[in-house]
Amino acid sequence: MSTTATAIGVSSKRGIWGGGNEPLKASYGKLMMWFFLLSDIFTFAAFLITYAAIRVSYPGYAGSMDTFQGSNEYWPIPELVFDAFPFFHGVHMPLVFVGLMTFILILSSVTMVLAVEAGHRNDRKDVVKWMLWTLLGGIAFLSCQAWEWSHFIHGSDGGTVLTYVNSVNKVVNETVFGANLVVNEYGPAAFAQLFFFITGFHGFHVTIGVVLLFLAFYQAAVGVYERRGHYEMIEKIGLYWHFVDLVWVFVFTFFYLI
Amino acid sequence: MAIQENKSTLEVTPRDDAKFWKIWKTAGILLAITAVEFVMAFTMDRGLLLYFLFIALTIWKAKYIMMDFMHLGDEVKPLFYSIIVPLIFLVWLVIALVREGTDIFNLRW
Repeated sequence: MSTTATAIGVSSKRGIWGGGNEPLKASYGKLMMWFFLLSDIFTFAAFLITYAAIRVSYPGYAGSMDTFQGSNEYWPIPELVFDAFPFFHGVHMPLVFVGLMTFILILSSVTMVLAVEAGHRNDRKDVVKWMLWTLLGGIAFLSCQAWEWSHFIHGSDGGTVLTYVNSVNKVVNETVFGANLVVNEYGPAAFAQLFFFITGFHGFHVTIGVVLLFLAFYQAAVGVYERRGHYEMIEKIGLYWHFVDLVWVFVFTFFYLI
Repeated sequence: MAIQENKSTLEVTPRDDAKFWKIWKTAGILLAITAVEFVMAFTMDRGLLLYFLFIALTIWKAKYIMMDFMHLGDEVKPLFYSIIVPLIFLVWLVIALVREGTDIFNLRW
């Protein structure tokens, strides 16, 4: 049984077949959010399983860690690609920045649960406080991702010499810096394509989430939910926000660790 | 929509400390698992065992997020199963696409 106060009351007048009943004991909005999230799980799963399929179709980098060179002949080791940190140019700090991003997103998920919990108690002040922290966490994560993308696109100082087919179908041999959808200095073209699509689609979800969080924060602050009599909107947006965190946990494992 | 209208019309219940600290405990577990994964990435040899452990730990984290943060475990059983059971299709997708990728590897290299 959910302890939540829901938006819909139970219709005792109309009986079982008259409508207005809640067989799943959850309001329409919460139910639809869950089924939307289920469909979104399939979308993200399709992305990540595609990554796995393309990953196993390439040989991995087999040489020593110290002499790693990007090549479109083999798949790179992620900790040797994602090793930069803002303000520490040229320092090898493998996965530290993406670890920081994971911590930020998990913590913003925690403050979101605290906001939902405060909503159950109708505590407007606490809801506003925790929504603000969640919102800040979301914005911090997006800022980190913007830096991560920018660094990935611009690339390292030296670049990599690659032979590849360019965008006008000509075979060229030249030094490649950074990444785009045709070629990248880290690995096969599919590596950067998958990076852009998977982290981009997740970042798009975070962006939508931040907009929703701001709306909920604002409406809670001006007392819309107070007048409505319940804080269910916080709960629904909370479900979405936790889902974004859930997806990131999988992206972190499959893209950055494996 | 005046922000000064702070008179509460709803009854505010005080915070339940046990619930509050349980949420932080879950957060601690999630951060600890992430830290363990991080250490494993640098201390263990890359291979099937490491990948298996990574995936197991990830699913463990997902369980905490869905059960403790999204409260899926508190919903009625039909709702719980209508979210969890369809995920069984993903098992087929993993097997089919990884098999496909392996075959492409064998043809290409």
